[in-house]
Amino acid sequence: MIRLSRCDISRRGLLSLSAGFGLTYVAGPALAAAAASKRKLAVIVCRGAMDGLSVSPPLSDSNYLSLRGPIAIRPDQALRLDADFGLHPKLVGLYALAQAGQARIAPAVAIPQRIRSHFEAQDLLESGGEQLYGVTTGWLNRTLVAMAPDHRVRAISIGAQEPLVLRGPAAVDSWSPGGREPGDLTRVKATLADLYQSDPVLGAALAAGLATEAQAHMMTQGQTVQARDERGFATTAGKFLGEENGPSIAVLSLDGFDTHAGQGAVNGQLATRLTVLDNVIAGLREGLGPTWSQTVVIVVTEFGRTAHVNGTGGTDHGTASTLILAGGALKPGGIVGDWPTLQSARLFENRDLAPTLDVRQVFKAVLADHLGVDRRALDTTIFPDSASAPPIASLV
Amino acid sequence: MSLPSDHEIAGAVAVSRFGLGARPGELAVAVADPKGWLKAQIDRKGADQPPGLLPNSQDRFLAYLAARADAQSLKREAAAVAEQESMTTTPGAMSQMSETAASGQGMVAAAAMDQSPLDRLKAERRAAQKPLRDGIAAEILARAQLAATTPAPFRERWALFWFNHFTVSSAKPAAAVLVGPFEREAIRPHVFGRFEDLLYASSTHPAMLMYLDQERSTGPDSAGGLRRNAGLNENLAREIMELHTVGADSGYTQADVTEFARALTGYSIGIQRDGETLAGRALYRPQLHEPGARTVMGRRYPDTGSSQARAILADLAASPHTAGHVARKLAIHFVADNPPPALVARLRSAYLDSGGDLAVVATALIDAPEAWGPASTKFKRPYEFVISSYRIAGAAPTDPDRELTQPLTTMGERPMAAPQPNGWSEQAGDWTAPDAIVKRLNWSAAFAAAHAPPEAPIQLADAALGARLTPPTRLAVMRAESRPEAMTLVLMSPEFQRR
Repeated sequence: MIRLSRCDISRRGLLSLSAGFGLTYVAGPALAAAAASKRKLAVIVCRGAMDGLSVSPPLSDSNYLSLRGPIAIRPDQALRLDADFGLHPKLVGLYALAQAGQARIAPAVAIPQRIRSHFEAQDLLESGGEQLYGVTTGWLNRTLVAMAPDHRVRAISIGAQEPLVLRGPAAVDSWSPGGREPGDLTRVKATLADLYQSDPVLGAALAAGLATEAQAHMMTQGQTVQARDERGFATTAGKFLGEENGPSIAVLSLDGFDTHAGQGAVNGQLATRLTVLDNVIAGLREGLGPTWSQTVVIVVTEFGRTAHVNGTGGTDHGTASTLILAGGALKPGGIVGDWPTLQSARLFENRDLAPTLDVRQVFKAVLADHLGVDRRALDTTIFPDSASAPPIASLV
Repeated sequence: MSLPSDHEIAGAVAVSRFGLGARPGELAVAVADPKGWLKAQIDRKGADQPPGLLPNSQDRFLAYLAARADAQSLKREAAAVAEQESMTTTPGAMSQMSETAASGQGMVAAAAMDQSPLDRLKAERRAAQKPLRDGIAAEILARAQLAATTPAPFRERWALFWFNHFTVSSAKPAAAVLVGPFEREAIRPHVFGRFEDLLYASSTHPAMLMYLDQERSTGPDSAGGLRRNAGLNENLAREIMELHTVGADSGYTQADVTEFARALTGYSIGIQRDGETLAGRALYRPQLHEPGARTVMGRRYPDTGSSQARAILADLAASPHTAGHVARKLAIHFVADNPPPALVARLRSAYLDSGGDLAVVATALIDAPEAWGPASTKFKRPYEFVISSYRIAGAAPTDPDRELTQPLTTMGERPMAAPQPNGWSEQAGDWTAPDAIVKRLNWSAAFAAAHAPPEAPIQLADAALGARLTPPTRLAVMRAESRPEAMTLVLMSPEFQRR
């Protein structure tokens, strides 16, 4: 097994911190929320199972090159983070952040249940349940409720569809580019507001959508963002977060990570998606401006991919993957969590990178230390029955 | 105003929930005999084909291969030029460009023609891909024209359901040109036949083989595998089990998926090397087939070559898990996000008793009392919403990008481009984000400005919604200041947004 001394330290830190947690966070939810009101969280969900072994190649793991063959990111190609890990060469912006102590990776993270269906795994990742079909709302929505039962803390979904992670009792804003208002619709809007009065969904949605649209128009000074301009998308998301009294949380989704065939290495299918991811992080930072220093960005996927390259130059559905943390509010540090190694005896079911960290441990740490969310709420309502998955220490 | 009769309510439900929204005059026909009108649309020959002469998958695929070869040689040329000029264009940006182009993306007009050699090559490359983009747009337009004008809208909705069930998507650039042919060749002919035939047609169509990476999957111990050190790709096997047949909750294991993937090896697509008749067509390559018997979900399948996977598909189609999975998806699509269990049970029985005869299942759906509740709980997906708007306007789209792809993308449902293999969501929550409602409003206002018909707006509301038109919407329409304003209100009314 590779020795990674920092991991051992973080493990110890984890134990001591979780022991003292109840004392640290005695403040009620409203108080905690007030203290944290300027703190921002952006979550980027990479759908399709992002290949962690290419995002953060384990350069010193002696099995990596032979397992990965033509799709391995070789040490001379990777952007070196430390003695053991690198970043994919397309993640140049993220690498600069890491050099500045504003980005870290957790290389072996997984959801709490072993699932190889994208759709079920995304459901579990976003619902925050202990197992499938346990909860039907999203953990970020329940976070909003826990932080401020009066709905003062808000979130925004960036994109045409609202992801499960944000769904639930708290109303959530949403924004996506395109589709300008054709002429003056003042009368129509007023009439619809009336027609929608007793509608379970449409009234609140239209009102919130129009308010957000007006704000976006102000922020972008009437300039249109192109529908496929991911960076422009992300910049606008950053601006929403950075606004005075803006939302505290934003969620973006990226697709296209299901690289079963022709995955590529330095260039190719996955590299193209990672360029987009790098642009999205850069766009968020640009849009946030000075608020970047009070922001944490989480990049997460539903599961990782097989340790072996498959028969068609790609990888199949696996288990653990890399989670990326970025943002000015992050504490500098090395990798988060232990590295299980790629030795065949250590692979999960003899095929996948084994998880050493429950993804909820990272989510909980960011919610607790960054947004000031109450530990009890984290263990019970936000991530039900998750007391046995304590927040990891010293991230924020 | 007298209360609507049961027939009037049933007719209004038939045209919206089972159909695609009424065209002018359609409601009267449906009201006369709602169930009979629907049942008459069940056709053993399958769903209608979109209008016009569209190339088959073989021609589309060969054109794709040719364009890809052009693009690769241009890319090599561009790389050489770039090196010469020691320019700083990254290869990543180049490949991204080609993917966007192949997915039929509305390309920004070529940048100012200062015509450096690199710019010229890029422009040439875009030009080489234009026929592919135009082909995808033609497919999108033709099927929307069919949906907007068909007098058999239940038959069309039934076909659209099965296309979404067996999703292939232009989100994967290599599959993009085959999505339209897939729907025409694998789905439409079989939607009122046996599920097993539909499943086999879908699973072996070049579009599906390409979309779920089957075409290069190789048995590690096959002749080809031993020679080339190639191996399995389990994507298609997994999605057939999880999405198309038994469902993720049916208890299969990773080992079942791998075994099924081994059985599927050999199913592939012909390329130029295979000769003119085979290139671009689905074919079976025995030299890639993993030798040996396979065990899937407890049943053993001797090595019979191509018919090994076929036997597994037949058993998957006959499985009660598949009956339940299909029944539930149908009930969710047609009736409610959370469908009545009695309805699911009824459809499941119809499936099992008929050996998966989809005409029988369609009849059972029409006859199910649970499907006819007066409350409309299904929120229209953007495609349904746009198509039903064209239908009540008595119009059909003519410009695929401006009238279909662009607005539907902003509403979240880019045509033929579902983001993942599970297709478009059937849950209202996925389509009712605040921003999505604003996008619908903006589109409705623009559409009404172009399409508001000359007659009194209230006639339009009655023709669209019949007995489902509520007094508040009626009042709002009567009070509107202009025909476009009235039509916008009809389209955005809670009852028109649902079905």
